Amino acid sequence: MKNLRRRGQEFFLTLPSFFWLSLFFLIPTALVFILAFRPADPFGGIGRGWTTATIEGLADPQYLAIAWRTLWVSFLSTAFCLLLAVPTAYAVARAPERRRNLLLMLVIVPFWTSFLIRVFAWKSILHPEGLIKKTLVFCGLVDPSSQLLYNLGAVILVTVYTFLPFAILPIYAAAEKFDYRLLEAARDLGARPFQAFRKVFLPGIRQALVTAVLVVFIPSLGSYIVPDIVGGPGSEMLGNKIAQRVFVDRNLPLAGGLSIVLILAVLAPLLGVLALQGKKARIQPPEGGGKP
Amino acid sequence: MAEFLEFKNVSKRFGAIQAVDGVSLEIKRGEFFALLGPSGCGKTTMLRIAAGFETPDAGQVFLAGREITDLPPNRRPVNTIFQSYALFPHLTVRDNIAFGLQIAKKPKAEIDREVETMLRLIRLEDQAGKKPDLLSGGQRQRVAVARALINKPGVLLLDEPLAALDLKLRQRMLIELDMIHDQVGITFLYVTHDQSEAMSLSDRIAVMNAGRIEQIGAPAEIYEAPRTSFVAAFIGDTNFLEGVVADHPEPEYSRLRIEGLPDATVYNDKQIADGHKIFLSIRPEKIQISRDRPEPKPKRNAVPAVVEDVIYLGPTTKYWVRAGEHRLQVLRQHARFFLDEKPIRWKDDVWVFWHGDDGFMLEGFRRDDEKLVAAPPQKVGEA
Repeated sequence: MKNLRRRGQEFFLTLPSFFWLSLFFLIPTALVFILAFRPADPFGGIGRGWTTATIEGLADPQYLAIAWRTLWVSFLSTAFCLLLAVPTAYAVARAPERRRNLLLMLVIVPFWTSFLIRVFAWKSILHPEGLIKKTLVFCGLVDPSSQLLYNLGAVILVTVYTFLPFAILPIYAAAEKFDYRLLEAARDLGARPFQAFRKVFLPGIRQALVTAVLVVFIPSLGSYIVPDIVGGPGSEMLGNKIAQRVFVDRNLPLAGGLSIVLILAVLAPLLGVLALQGKKARIQPPEGGGKP
Repeated sequence: MAEFLEFKNVSKRFGAIQAVDGVSLEIKRGEFFALLGPSGCGKTTMLRIAAGFETPDAGQVFLAGREITDLPPNRRPVNTIFQSYALFPHLTVRDNIAFGLQIAKKPKAEIDREVETMLRLIRLEDQAGKKPDLLSGGQRQRVAVARALINKPGVLLLDEPLAALDLKLRQRMLIELDMIHDQVGITFLYVTHDQSEAMSLSDRIAVMNAGRIEQIGAPAEIYEAPRTSFVAAFIGDTNFLEGVVADHPEPEYSRLRIEGLPDATVYNDKQIADGHKIFLSIRPEKIQISRDRPEPKPKRNAVPAVVEDVIYLGPTTKYWVRAGEHRLQVLRQHARFFLDEKPIRWKDDVWVFWHGDDGFMLEGFRRDDEKLVAAPPQKVGEA
């Protein structure tokens, strides 16, 4: 009886978000799915009837290469973000409390400027007449004819720059709560500093690492602005292709088909994480949880 | 046997606080040695210096004759049991215990065998697959012991390992720790602020205060023959009496002139010359209390007094009495419940008396230490 009432309360409490998500997420996604199975008409509209030609057409090596590149760019960006975010978050969490707030501010400060403006700023920083290029040429580190902009490297660099704060913040939150006496315990038991870090600290913030991977990897899969502004023809990602199909070719079914690929690519890691966590929850009941 | 773990003139300062101030200490192989003192006395810093978590500003640390002062913690053959146990929450009991051997890259068969031995020692074979947060406080403590002992350290460092446990569990774990020490026979350095833990476990105790060692000795020595007012007041309870040595009726005994009390006969092992001012510490349980005047005996000191406060403590009762200008605490064990005698009550006139051997002359006295002896507030006249 009591249980039933709680169930009812839970149901009513989730109603608003349920409607919100249905209206602005589930229904549009369903529409995109439907779109992919309609024929395109030559005038940019949607034809009558149903077809699977669009989906079959996605097997085109051109699209496969772009899908593969999208995954690869996102993977590299996520890896670089983690490599930078973990030591940063660790250092901030271990800094004296007063300095900690200042350092956190520095992490968040870029958000005060529009994302678009920051990406454009990178364009001028990496520009052939820009500071970095000139310095590198001056030091003889790069060839004057080389290009820093409009390539895969620039896309990864700016993607890492964009998502780094999103990776640092959850890791910092976990690192700040971490019990650093555990590192002492590991050292006491014979672990070298890096061994203690790897065997005790990283598992201790595992949950935050998963969060950081998701908040970097998923949005970078859908990147569109970054490759559009600092990327070139050789660094196009799925997002760019979808935009081209919509704005240039006005082929909405094809755009829908590409979007399905993207949505599935986003869902795959999420479902993977959920499945992993579900499995763990079954193996190990939470404290006081009674029978497994 | 020679000293095993040795501190030589070790000092450590944190900002404005001198945590450890020129401490020298020698711990023998196989000894159960306790560092006892109030919080902030520097005992934990000493332990952290032994573990390698802190480097002393000055002085040296030796282990089995080898200097280890600057050796990082992972290269020292010592292991620590932390106050919070610091068990790895992401590892099972078995993996926690195996951690040290896995780091040392021991063969798997050996690790498994050693872990099983440890699990048997701490009697947690059936809990081996659980994560630490599913264990009780006492079980966690035992896992921490096993995780440290499996590495066969030269010295086991214990940082208030029982502080997080409730009284009954603490008493049980005390016995268990003692048994483990007897079984494995390695050197224990045990840091605690709890005098009863230190008393019941240790071969020797070093009493620390304000970064210095006040006294080192066997538990009975520390309790019965405290050198300073701090040791006397921190370990158990005591009464301080100030007096001047008047003369020596016997070579070993002096007559002490105490203001406001009759002269007292006291044992003078330190051969303090006549005319010198000294301080006397008398434990409350060494003083006897009675309604009747005790018959005079040689070396018995008897004083009339008035009872100011009676505190019933279960096995004992504590009386605060006033004798002249002095307030004394007297502890009396109940040999039998007061059925056949009239109990001593508040405002009763009594006699308190003690044997001359039970007052102990202190070498060092600080007025501040009197505050450690908790006296009840003065009672104002009620009916």
